[in-house]
Amino acid sequence: MSLLELEGVNVFYEDFQALYDITISVEEGEVFACIGANGAGKSTMLKTVAGLLIPREGRVLFDGQPINTMPPYKRVELGISSVPEGRRVFPSLTVHENLLMGAYRKRKGPWTADAIYELFPLLQPLRRRQASGLSGGEQQALAIGRALMANPRLILMDEVSLGLAPVVIKRIYEAFPTLLENGCTILVVEQDVQHVLTVAGHVACFLEGRIALQGIPSELSNEQITAAYFGV
Amino acid sequence: MEWLNAIIQGILLGGLYALFAVGLSLVFGTMRLVNLAHGDLTVLPAYIGLIIVGTGVHRFNPLYVIPIVMVIMFIFGYALQRGLLNFVVQKGEVQGVIVTFGLSIVIMNALQEAFTPNSQRLQVGSLNSASITISDQLAIGWLPIIIFILAVVVIAALQLYMGRTMMGRAFRAVSDDQEAARLMGVNTKHVWGVAMGVALLIATIGGVMYGIRTTFHPMLGADRLIFAFEAVIIGGMGSSWGTLLGGVILGVAQLLGSFAFGPAWSILCGHVVFVIILALRPQGFLAKTVTA
Repeated sequence: MSLLELEGVNVFYEDFQALYDITISVEEGEVFACIGANGAGKSTMLKTVAGLLIPREGRVLFDGQPINTMPPYKRVELGISSVPEGRRVFPSLTVHENLLMGAYRKRKGPWTADAIYELFPLLQPLRRRQASGLSGGEQQALAIGRALMANPRLILMDEVSLGLAPVVIKRIYEAFPTLLENGCTILVVEQDVQHVLTVAGHVACFLEGRIALQGIPSELSNEQITAAYFGV
Repeated sequence: MEWLNAIIQGILLGGLYALFAVGLSLVFGTMRLVNLAHGDLTVLPAYIGLIIVGTGVHRFNPLYVIPIVMVIMFIFGYALQRGLLNFVVQKGEVQGVIVTFGLSIVIMNALQEAFTPNSQRLQVGSLNSASITISDQLAIGWLPIIIFILAVVVIAALQLYMGRTMMGRAFRAVSDDQEAARLMGVNTKHVWGVAMGVALLIATIGGVMYGIRTTFHPMLGADRLIFAFEAVIIGGMGSSWGTLLGGVILGVAQLLGSFAFGPAWSILCGHVVFVIILALRPQGFLAKTVTA
């Protein structure tokens, strides 16, 4: 059984349909990458999994259990945690308080504030600083740390490399193996294809609200991916 | 010496205004709701206190009744938020203003219907008039001093609650970014309920203490709402100590105005000082605003 399954999911913003008949299955312990251009529906899909959007048709299953209409906080209790697009750290809270907010539902597991400071040592000296004063890379590390504090089974990462320096992006992707070792499954959304394909077990390419291509990265050619990405 | 008396009484009055204002500020901070019923919701607990105190032989001291009324108002606030206000919080500011304006009228008229428009008072016997005499012209009542100390204690406790507890952090997180807070597992509907409960619990202390200090009637809500707004704006949004400072400035302005121009000018002087501060320092004195 897959950890997360979407079956024929259609999502609307009022009258505008953003996702058409999305079907994916994410296996426990893998990195599943969703790629595609701006506005292709990748983030909409993550919001549907997190519970911020409710699909009009289709089913969302987590560990075999239907969660279509479950509110976000109950999904966090089940072990679905988010690194939202644009980082969205709490600006008036300190770094340490941001991490504590991640543990709001008090799920048991390997991740504690100390473990996060070990994973991202750059956060250690900043723990008493307000999150609003952090650089983009520091905020991104904090956003990932905050999501891990929920001890998730599935972590949703939305555009984690957007707007960051290459060296910072590298450091963030270097943390992925540690996450997987600790029992996390990663569903990552990226516009920047390069990095994510080196770590992903499965990839789905989004185009105008539909999945144009799906498979194992090593079995797909660059031409296929480019064609699906740009729709040419 | 009389001007000194006016200043001291004004400072002490400011503590009362702060007790009215802190809840208004807390509610606006956590859910961006401008609660126009807040003034009436500070009048309501005085009447609940009146019922509990009773008029027959079993007279309780109103001071002992405060904790009971606080619990009642907390539960009432939580239920009000989850049963009514949560439905308008996310619909935009206008809807919230309309609903709480309606609520304000309902509470005021219900109190008039149930208790008549006549003035009432909660009696605490000798404490009502006990005072410390400093000189011939300067005597400070114990009751205003107790109210001011209560205001300081309440604000310090609120600061600790906001800074040290999970629920307090959730208040601030929801205030910063509601959607991100939901993604961290915060049930915003519950958190807003608790925030309204805490706001009314604090309003209860102010409302009942006012009822002990002087007489009250169902129409007081509108004035209190304005004083509370002014205290919050003068002090600066999001700062509890600022709200106390704002209350003190407003109280001193009112009583100095009364001393200088006569009692009829008291309220107007408070408003004028407020408008001057709003023009010169619109963000307030101790504003804490942080953006991403």
